[in-house]
Amino acid sequence: MNIFVCVKQVPDTETKITPTGDGSFIETSSIKWIMNPYDEFAVEQALLIKADNAESTVTVVRVGSTQDTEALRTAMAMGADEAFLVETTENLDSYMTAKALKGAIEKSGKTPDLILSGKQAIDSDALQVPQILAQMLDLPSVSVVVGFEKDGDKITLKREVEGGALEVYEVTGPTVVACNKGLNTPRYASLPGIMKAKKKPLTTLSLSDVGVSDGDRKLKFSNFQLPPEKPPGKKFDAMDEAAAAGVVSEVVGLLRTEAKVI
Amino acid sequence: MANVLVFGETSNQSVKPVTYEILGKLAGQNIEVVTIGDIDSDSQANLAKYGAAKIHKLKGDALDKYSPEGYANALASFIKGGSYDFVFSGATSTGKDLFPRLSAQLEAGCASDLTNFIFEGDNFSGTKPFFAGKCLAKVEIQGPKPHFVTVRPNALGMPANESAGAGEAIDVNAETGNIRAAIKEIIKGASEKVDLTEANIIVSGGRAMKNAENFKILNELADTIGATVGASRAAVDSGYAPHSMQVGQTGKTVSPTLYIACGISGAIQHLAGMRTSKVIVAINTDPDAPIFTKADYGIVGDLFTIVPMLNEEFKKIL
Repeated sequence: MNIFVCVKQVPDTETKITPTGDGSFIETSSIKWIMNPYDEFAVEQALLIKADNAESTVTVVRVGSTQDTEALRTAMAMGADEAFLVETTENLDSYMTAKALKGAIEKSGKTPDLILSGKQAIDSDALQVPQILAQMLDLPSVSVVVGFEKDGDKITLKREVEGGALEVYEVTGPTVVACNKGLNTPRYASLPGIMKAKKKPLTTLSLSDVGVSDGDRKLKFSNFQLPPEKPPGKKFDAMDEAAAAGVVSEVVGLLRTEAKVI
Repeated sequence: MANVLVFGETSNQSVKPVTYEILGKLAGQNIEVVTIGDIDSDSQANLAKYGAAKIHKLKGDALDKYSPEGYANALASFIKGGSYDFVFSGATSTGKDLFPRLSAQLEAGCASDLTNFIFEGDNFSGTKPFFAGKCLAKVEIQGPKPHFVTVRPNALGMPANESAGAGEAIDVNAETGNIRAAIKEIIKGASEKVDLTEANIIVSGGRAMKNAENFKILNELADTIGATVGASRAAVDSGYAPHSMQVGQTGKTVSPTLYIACGISGAIQHLAGMRTSKVIVAINTDPDAPIFTKADYGIVGDLFTIVPMLNEEFKKIL
């Protein structure tokens, strides 16, 4: 099986975000980059499938800058075989990113049997790339997947929707699967894995190699700014149990008369 | 005036409230609505009340259950037959899954999960949260029309004014094409309540809940005030609650009217996911917990004392 995993590199979740002075994006100089947390579930799922299907290969694909290839090296240290990077310092929109991923998959020379990714990247939070990529490759897709079972050619997928309900899909043949937390427990890269990863092939492509140009851009982002700060609220001390009843009664009253939400 | 189509997602033939939020914000444009299948009479009346000139009801055998391909194919062929400048949907589970595929089918752009938007003349721009709301950006769409937009539920609020439309209902035969990924079964969630992303009130528990059983007191409070129960990442990672309940950057981003944070310290990634809540109540024993910087009403106290008291107090007035 040819398994592809699309990964993105994003600022660590603890990052304090500061917009640039001109509002064109955010300050990136002191950011710690990590593999998008949802993509870890996709890499893990690929490795689990590979373990059960001899002769399978896991190819990781990423679009982004070369400054730091952490996400690709991490994926290969976890056990992926090969990586492709479409190099760009531009902030692409979801359509351009999907087109670049499609181009890189085609350049790999392998026909995908399965494409995995995280359900969303935690920086742009678009939840678009896997579905657009599926449409561009004329493949079915299932997103927000928390359950994956493979039985021969048949894959049963559980997609999480509102209220924690699950839609159960059955698919045969190549599919794009966008993974959610809860699907599996991603492994840590072992030290030998990290050493081995350094020798695994990483091919770098340009945007023009994968047929993406500025004419593909659909979304223009500007005016990056911090959300307005709330004025300070009221704080009540209720550590003393005797005081607690009075405080609770006052807060409930304020929710009704001042905030008018109850 | 732009020609706008709004996808009115239904649940048991009832159109989801986010549809009305979008219609209200679109007042002044030429608005039509498209639904998959029939809608109940209340929904029909509401769509007209908030400005829908026409309600197109797509019908086809393969449309009884959601499928990304079936819905996208049916809507794409319907949209191609019209001359719409914009197509809107709520950023619900279905909207967020469907619109990227649908827009790509028409080689058009899609701006997702916006918390606000405006039309200045015919020029559209929207507010797009990045990093789960740690920062906001302006988004504009270019390239072939129609342009696609999904809007976060609860972000716009229900329209203050009505702008009556004709609400003419039209049945349309839909072409669904080849569906490779189809739903075989739906497994109900543990909770019958409104989803976190659509909830008006949320009661959330953090690490200080200590175990899964203690969420009982949050559930009791939630039952009293009609809330949905959420959890912080610390609580989910400790196994106190499932990931479907997680609020934050690696969980759900929510904007309810009232958010009650119980024993949540307020890690930056949690605050990102709930800071747009209209009113925030925080209960924590640590007076310096970061959650208090976002709280409208902060109670420094033990949640195991305060939460049951809140429940009793709410019972008196509700």
